[in-house]
Amino acid sequence: MLPNESLVNYIFPNNAHIEWSLMIVIYPYITGLVAGAFVVSSLYHVFRIREFEGIARFALVAAFCFGLFAAVPLLVHLAQPQRAFNIFFTTHLTSAMSVFGYVYSSYMVLLMAELWLTYRDYFIERARETSGLQRVVWTALTLGVTEYTPEAARIDYRLTTFLAAIGIPWACVLHGYVGFIFGSVKANAWWATPLQPIIFLMSAIVSGMAMLCLMYSFVRWRTGRPYDYAMIRKLMIFLWGFVIVDFTIEVLEVFYSYYEHGHHWSLIGPLLSGPLYDSFVITQLLTLSAIPFLVLAVVVIRGVDGKPLLYLANFASLLLVLQVLVMRFNVVIGGQYISKSDRGFATFHFEILAKEGVLPALIILAAPFVVYYILSRFIPIFDDDERLTAR
Amino acid sequence: MKQPETNGRRVFLSKLLGGGVAAAGALMALRTPALARVLEDKDEGFDPGEREYVFVVDVQKCIGCGNCVRACGIENNVPEGQFRTWVERYVVTHEGVHVDSPNGGMNGFEAIDPALREQAINAFFVPKLCNHCAEAPCVQVCPVGATFTSPEGFVLVDPEHCIGCGYCIQACPYGVRFLNKERRVADKCTWCYHRIRRGQQPACVTVCPTGSRSFGNVRDENDPVTQVLKDDQWDVLKPGMHTQCQVLYVGLPRVVV
Repeated sequence: MLPNESLVNYIFPNNAHIEWSLMIVIYPYITGLVAGAFVVSSLYHVFRIREFEGIARFALVAAFCFGLFAAVPLLVHLAQPQRAFNIFFTTHLTSAMSVFGYVYSSYMVLLMAELWLTYRDYFIERARETSGLQRVVWTALTLGVTEYTPEAARIDYRLTTFLAAIGIPWACVLHGYVGFIFGSVKANAWWATPLQPIIFLMSAIVSGMAMLCLMYSFVRWRTGRPYDYAMIRKLMIFLWGFVIVDFTIEVLEVFYSYYEHGHHWSLIGPLLSGPLYDSFVITQLLTLSAIPFLVLAVVVIRGVDGKPLLYLANFASLLLVLQVLVMRFNVVIGGQYISKSDRGFATFHFEILAKEGVLPALIILAAPFVVYYILSRFIPIFDDDERLTAR
Repeated sequence: MKQPETNGRRVFLSKLLGGGVAAAGALMALRTPALARVLEDKDEGFDPGEREYVFVVDVQKCIGCGNCVRACGIENNVPEGQFRTWVERYVVTHEGVHVDSPNGGMNGFEAIDPALREQAINAFFVPKLCNHCAEAPCVQVCPVGATFTSPEGFVLVDPEHCIGCGYCIQACPYGVRFLNKERRVADKCTWCYHRIRRGQQPACVTVCPTGSRSFGNVRDENDPVTQVLKDDQWDVLKPGMHTQCQVLYVGLPRVVV
């Protein structure tokens, strides 16, 4: 079915190429993982959800690892990457995109400050215990503050709570703002909705929580340490809640467009029954949203515990991290399927080795996990880490 | 012992701050806003203050010869397969609308399919180009100010500042922007700004054999385009976008997007 009584698939000559490709798909995905992981950390620090105490630090380190690579896809995407810093120097404030540099970098500063406060007593200890080059590195990490008094610990605790508290709205700004970049493009019927920032934010939290569950289970399994089932259960309760809100808003958005039957539906209707049918209707909604929703419902309502909880939680989380990735694809690429001619759809072809191909995207997506692995060699992340328990 | 260390840190921090401010100042001085450079770069006898341009397309006069597309490509070094202007052919039937623009209409159009011709209730050509919107979404969204509006109302791209993010391409409702595959920056029709500054007409206007395309200054009473405004029988593309297009279409069928 083609839009607006078109007899042939007519796309404007300049719309043949999909300009925002896989890099712009994974950019909001990684940013979302940062925001989602940070929220989990803050649920303990600010809202005192005590079940998350054991993973608050882990969530923070994970958020930092994802944060390091959030801007990389953008840099790879730019046709003139050497001018990337113009976004700081010649900021054009009417542009939603222009403040990205400031929002992103300030958030990273906040994350680093929070991490430093969390780990600085460990840095001090290592600086004292080691010698040679190692000592130089650990001392550098202490930023020259080599005393750690009970008074300092008390202040650090208050500062950490404060940063976690302002970090929540800031994480929401960071990711809601990514949604705004898309939602404010009136030229694109599939993007233009004021709900877009909320949709992005909710899906970000879903992906961040689900990814933490997968990472946590994997790390505990690999290191042969026990699982904290009470924590996993609590995480699943929150995850289910956010999945419900996320799913509801996304479906509501489409239903509104359908019910209004206005200009937008003249394009979205054919889009959803055409090029997006498989990836949006079948994959995103009916498979990767509905199944985890039901699995989590069972987990939460039936009070599943122990190994069954672990398996079901990871099954649901795996589907949800894929769901959010597919959702990013459906938004970014899906919107560009619609030619500005309003009378046809462009096509998208996956490239493998090209600059914005599948392989570079996979490398960037894998990078945060590599950095996490490296960091976990040097700093204790869980409370039962030998490096902590030995002290 | 504690005091000197604190002082040292204070001195260090103040130096850091001073250095940061100096570096930021130097960078701000280095930047050359695109608009400022356009204003400085004045041509003899060209006063932007007395001009307000519109581009008029008379749809019923277009014969789809493709002269304009070829001339634009040569004048502006437009890469093959990308278009600063193009021509569409509409064939309207009771069943629906058939639109095509093979290679942007650059080589004209082959005869339409006889079966389609049988059904046709209307057929015409529509030239497309940048609308140089007074409320241009592309100007609004450019994160670095590389796309800007000149004092005479031309929407232009500074190729030396464009970072190639593509946001302007997404924001344009008319599909007139593209990422120039040779220069790797955003590109689009400039209404041949370089020619206008020399008192010439846009390349596409000069080669149009039927006068379907015209361009002029609405502040000049003697300019033929002023008659179009007086007649008030013009339309713009996608009026719902509210971008205040400065390309005015005369005789535009409603079916055109």
